[in-house]
Amino acid sequence: MPPVASRAEPSLELRDVSKFFGDHAALKSIRLEIHAGDSIFLYGPNGAGKTTLLRLLASLSRATLGEVLFNGRPVERTAGMAQRAVGFASHQSLLYGELTVRENLRFFGSLFGMSGLAKRIEEVLELFNLRDRGGSFVRDLSRGLLQRVTLARAMLHDPTFLLLDEPFTGLDAKSVNRLEEILRRLPGEGKGLLFSTHSFEQGAPLAKRLLMLEAGRMKYLGPLALAPLDSLGITGAAPSDHE
Amino acid sequence: MNNLRVIAAIFVKDLRIEWRNRETLSAMCVFGLLVIFLFNFAFGATGEQALRLLPAVLWVAFAFAGVLGFNRSFAAERENACLEAMMLAPIDAGAIFLGKMLANLFFLAMAEVVMVFAAALWYNFSFLPSLHWFVLIAFLGSLGFVSLGTIFGAIAANTRMREVMLPILLYPISFWILMLSMDSTSNALRGGGGDSLAGGIERVAGFSLVFTIAAYLLFEYVLEE
Repeated sequence: MPPVASRAEPSLELRDVSKFFGDHAALKSIRLEIHAGDSIFLYGPNGAGKTTLLRLLASLSRATLGEVLFNGRPVERTAGMAQRAVGFASHQSLLYGELTVRENLRFFGSLFGMSGLAKRIEEVLELFNLRDRGGSFVRDLSRGLLQRVTLARAMLHDPTFLLLDEPFTGLDAKSVNRLEEILRRLPGEGKGLLFSTHSFEQGAPLAKRLLMLEAGRMKYLGPLALAPLDSLGITGAAPSDHE
Repeated sequence: MNNLRVIAAIFVKDLRIEWRNRETLSAMCVFGLLVIFLFNFAFGATGEQALRLLPAVLWVAFAFAGVLGFNRSFAAERENACLEAMMLAPIDAGAIFLGKMLANLFFLAMAEVVMVFAAALWYNFSFLPSLHWFVLIAFLGSLGFVSLGTIFGAIAANTRMREVMLPILLYPISFWILMLSMDSTSNALRGGGGDSLAGGIERVAGFSLVFTIAAYLLFEYVLEE
């Protein structure tokens, strides 16, 4: 069951949100609320609107219709509180190739005005087993290492909500296990988690709720344990592509 | 205070990246020097003719070199969508603009020093008698031009034909600031004093201030998709 929210509990919400790119509706009338301690698996075929939904919640994109709310207030009127509360990792690394891993983390940490930044950088490097790679240039990293640094950047400012778009891409088996372990732990630490992945088997054990999108519409939102997998077309493999 | 820290962080980051790859400044200097050399080769100007030609040659070289710098400035941000990473932070879009603008101004100023030095040698012309006025005009004119270049660089970075789009967008808008800067530079190099220069410098300063403030305020909308 989704956690019951108290008024003081941080929340991120999409209220009847639609997003259009020209005539194409990427998302239609989405209603979603995420609370601290919640974990939601965002699932759907290519072009379903998963990335668009995550970008809206990360304030990287504006809704055409509806509102994106943080603690009940529109995100653009939270004076940066929404941005402080959200960590986002996307398909792209959002890192400078010409800077080292530590320099990248120091730069992005300084934008958040973090105190104790040097200590926090070492913590996230340790978390993703990157300590010996701190001095490496990002341009020289392999795909898997780059993904780990991307995740370290997203978690650097200790956000309450973590939005991850295909976080397992490029990771080796050991790193996948490590990330799964971290993601399982987050709700217990009072963090809200919303992540997408194409593998239902990989994503399902990590979340309490399932949000299934298809062609920009919500097909299911509710407890994973109660999800009617057969009628949703989830039979162990990824659903058919509706692009 | 927070904004000052963000501006400094972006400025230092751009300088560090440039120090590592040395792409922007070297391209700006080579291109600017080529323009100055070609004009000298074509007109062989010295003395009075150099005095007539130099202000235009210098500002054309500054303008061409500047466009190269503005394009490169946002190429690094476009790569891996780093500008988006900055937008994820709780900072003003204006602070991002000022950080990028100051870095672009620094690179253009460095290139201008090299270009002026080369022009002094090739045109056998001494800038020393009017150096203080020339520096003031170059700073004010460059400030306005760089402000426009930074905001149009950000706009062009999101277009398909970005390298072509930037000069098409930038030059018509920056026409007045370049013309006024050329005119004031001409007066300054001819030995015009404070009174005769004041009007021209005020106009350059006025345009620069208006363009800088407008670009600062509008940058937020440029960053939106």
